[in-house]
Amino acid sequence: MTATEPRPLHLAQARLLDPVTGLESPGGVLVSGGRITDFSADLAAPGSVADAEILDCAGRLVLPGLVDLRAFIGEPGEEYRETLRSASEAAAAGGVTTVVAQPNTSPVIDDPAVVDFVLRRARDTGIVHIRVAAALTKGCRGQEMSEIGLLKEAGAVAVTDGDRPVTNAQVMRRSLTYARMFDMPVIHHVEDPNLVGEGVMNEGEFATRLGLPGIPRAAETIMLERDMRLVQLTGGRYHAAMITCRESLEVIRRAKHAGLPVTAGVSINHLTLNEMDIGGYRTFLKLRPPLRSEEDRLAMVEALAEGLVDIIVSDHNPQDVETKRLTFSECEPGAIGLETMLSAGLQLVEAGLISLQRLLEAMSAAPARLAGLETGRMARGAPADLIVLDRDYPWVVDAAELRSKCKNTPFDEARLSGKVFATLVAGRVVHRHS
Amino acid sequence: MSASAFVFPHRHLLGIEGLSRPDIEGLLNLAEEEVEISRQVEKKKSSLRGRTQINLFFEASTRTQSSFELAGKRLGADVMNMSVANSSVKKGETLIDTAMTLNAMRPDIIIVRHHAAGAVHLLARKVDCSVVNAGDGAHEHPTQALLDALTIRRNKGRIEGLVVAICGDIAHSRVARSNIICLQALGARVRLCGPPTLLPMGVERYGVEVFTDMRRALEGADIVMMLRLQRERMNGSYVPSVQEYFHYYGLDREKLAYAKADALVMHPGPMNRGVEIASDVADGAQSLIREQVEMGVAVRMAVLEALARRLPNE
Repeated sequence: MTATEPRPLHLAQARLLDPVTGLESPGGVLVSGGRITDFSADLAAPGSVADAEILDCAGRLVLPGLVDLRAFIGEPGEEYRETLRSASEAAAAGGVTTVVAQPNTSPVIDDPAVVDFVLRRARDTGIVHIRVAAALTKGCRGQEMSEIGLLKEAGAVAVTDGDRPVTNAQVMRRSLTYARMFDMPVIHHVEDPNLVGEGVMNEGEFATRLGLPGIPRAAETIMLERDMRLVQLTGGRYHAAMITCRESLEVIRRAKHAGLPVTAGVSINHLTLNEMDIGGYRTFLKLRPPLRSEEDRLAMVEALAEGLVDIIVSDHNPQDVETKRLTFSECEPGAIGLETMLSAGLQLVEAGLISLQRLLEAMSAAPARLAGLETGRMARGAPADLIVLDRDYPWVVDAAELRSKCKNTPFDEARLSGKVFATLVAGRVVHRHS
Repeated sequence: MSASAFVFPHRHLLGIEGLSRPDIEGLLNLAEEEVEISRQVEKKKSSLRGRTQINLFFEASTRTQSSFELAGKRLGADVMNMSVANSSVKKGETLIDTAMTLNAMRPDIIIVRHHAAGAVHLLARKVDCSVVNAGDGAHEHPTQALLDALTIRRNKGRIEGLVVAICGDIAHSRVARSNIICLQALGARVRLCGPPTLLPMGVERYGVEVFTDMRRALEGADIVMMLRLQRERMNGSYVPSVQEYFHYYGLDREKLAYAKADALVMHPGPMNRGVEIASDVADGAQSLIREQVEMGVAVRMAVLEALARRLPNE
């Protein structure tokens, strides 16, 4: 694995795109030693660099690889759901070059030794960069703060309890205060479990028609409002993992106006699907937080376009037959997303709701910045984490062909356009569309 | 159209939603014939002879299960009852696994009750036979709505234009949902009444009138339909106490007096006397509660017969 690359790799005949600088022009990229050594319009022609291995992009887009801050991976402990290997293969196929694993594993990633284990294991078995968001509280139980400093030293890029909210405001307050010392972002799943109660989908007419208990938007907004007060009190860096409704956007807007160190994410599902997609009790559409109304979805897309919502996450959550082939109330929430995130997002560009540059920024540069990673940009000396994208390539999602170990995609049989033709991680081609 | 020529255009009966007015009226007309059969000494027909009917009940039920059993037997079907205790086994797994197992036994019709909304849809996708929903969570209970419609039609001569007040725990009631859809399809004006904690969000979008004051809800009503309130919801979680619930939402003579003088009282059973309904009202001259039970058998016979007409014959 340590073989030094004898020849540089030349991505020729490309159309370069960089959401950070706004670059969009024909050109080529030269990669050596795992990094971008040069990129320019002059590098477009295949013969323009002597003694380089050529990857002919045939006019396709070349852009920084995606960074996903929220993926649940079953390793360690639930390898039947997903391994670091299978998750990284799905990621590579979807153009995601950096995945931030969530701490809700078995054991929970709440200890520097577990962080170390996961990172080593990821290096040995994964084909993309896998980073770790360690637990904010021990066991993700929301009671006692974890070793935030030591976790950071072990390599964690953020602290979060993953899909579990911290209901105790005192714990959240102290965690924010303490994490500030290490400039560690605290990422929080904003849902009040008491208001969620037995709810399984968005509260409202459709839940009533299906006879399913609803989850009010207030379950999210109340928790978010509380957190904004705590951020104001502590000055800690805070990121709302996923928000889903118009009311939450107002909370974030006010906080940002007040200058609080606050950012927010949205999942690809909440940008492209709504509660009506549940149809006849489709369990793959059961998510937490739940899919909301079409009005909420459009508000989220608009907020993303204007930058009020900072990043997009896949919220990749593999669930197998045993946890999904149940009735809607009894099944586990979650959907896989690493492999379809980019193509699904491109639908929004096609619909004219967001610019391509902004969509890509929210999937690469913005999350990289948030997690303090140097990837996600087209710059000399930056890691050569790049993807070759055929923007218009039409394809139909076939769940059986997805690389994830679980097939719980909400996009099965969806007609999407835009496919990743090649993925480079640290200068090596780890995926090629055949 | 005569009931004997009626063709039901669906393979399953999963809910009232999706049925047209002719579908519903066809079933009711057929049920009228079944009432006559059930009142004879010889209560047998042969429309389901040779057919196998399985009653698969994941939730305890006495009246619905026995009603389906009698209906199947009067039509000549072989009826098997399977009461699945819902304690130790993980419920959903049992559902699909049981469905597959039963399907392999080649039944013609499966009647299903399950505590989870959508469970019957899930099961219907896994089997080759006809499926009847006998109640799934808070979603639908179509044969209850049909028997209620039949009872009303026989007593009032029509359903079109009647004012029907459905009162009680609307939020958790599959009976309410099926009845709203069914009665509206047949032209009734539906009112809902209950404490705000037991009214589901967005229910006004059904095109019903929603009340929290029972006296106002009953004003001018032709039919007062009471719903059962489950015990675990009476102790502070949704309503403060039985006493307070009965005070505001229990149907007694005084509240019933706000309805039309010839108003009729219904209840899907089993009743909590003194909680949602006073005994003297339940047993009084305006009560249709016992007739509902009789109509239940007839409507279920009609549903089974209508579905059986569509079953393959080879």
